[in-house]
Amino acid sequence: MIDIAWSSFTPWSALVGGVLVGLAAASFLLLNGRVAGISGILGGLLSPSSGDTSWRIAFLAGLIGAPAIWVLSAELPPIEIEAGYPALIIAGLLVGVGTRYGSGCTSGHGVCGLSRLSPRSLAATVSFMFAGFLTVYIIRHVLGV
Amino acid sequence: MKSALASLFAGLLFGIGLIVSGMANPEKVLGFLDIAGLWDPSLAFVMGGAVIVGLFAFAIARKRTLSFLGFSMRVPGQSHINKRLVIGGLLFGVGWGIAGICPGPGLVGVGAGEIKSVVFVASMVAGMGLFELIERMRAGKPAQGWSTTAQE
Repeated sequence: MIDIAWSSFTPWSALVGGVLVGLAAASFLLLNGRVAGISGILGGLLSPSSGDTSWRIAFLAGLIGAPAIWVLSAELPPIEIEAGYPALIIAGLLVGVGTRYGSGCTSGHGVCGLSRLSPRSLAATVSFMFAGFLTVYIIRHVLGV
Repeated sequence: MKSALASLFAGLLFGIGLIVSGMANPEKVLGFLDIAGLWDPSLAFVMGGAVIVGLFAFAIARKRTLSFLGFSMRVPGQSHINKRLVIGGLLFGVGWGIAGICPGPGLVGVGAGEIKSVVFVASMVAGMGLFELIERMRAGKPAQGWSTTAQE
């Protein structure tokens, strides 16, 4: 029923990368006492009540700076974005509104929420995974884009 | 200062993890979401690897009131599942499915100098701003009960 793309499936690098993401979330939690939810960290900068901008900016700077550190030792793997500009704008708006309205994204609900066995985060993760699967199905197999 | 340094380190490690895992590449993420096409299960292995480490981290965090740097533990306390959570998740998922980009990989793409990532992230920040605007308008009305904007 399901055809696995064996030529592009990379279980080991996925697992190692996942462990690094987990270590990042773990160090953020155990050092700063906070959950590493990227949409929340970014979105919190837009909320005037929070007088806690420095750690937010530092985290985002690390994330944005990662490719620059990476290229010191290896070539950056390709970043392929097939979507056109109108699609990117619509996608960005939906991700921005949706993650804030639903209080989290793949990192906050997915990685951290599932790690702390939160039923609420599981429900959010099921919601965005379901919508993601359905959207790609419609775009690729119904509309045939 | 200590918290900013720890945040910088965590952000950097997070970004490196996304690059190693292949998740910085939206085409690979879409390969996971395309379950009816040739399916690439890699994303599930990324989540699995991250959650295995995360389980230990949260088990340690649960026993502490202060972090190792002496900050109070701020783990989300909300446990109820409401319409807002599910609708937000669905909207996010549709956007994720359109471009294959979620917030973390979007920011890594910006750092890699990808113009398309910049356009995506700018739109995402605009969407977050729109959310703030709507929230403030709602808060202006009495007795709406929209008090919680704490992120997971």
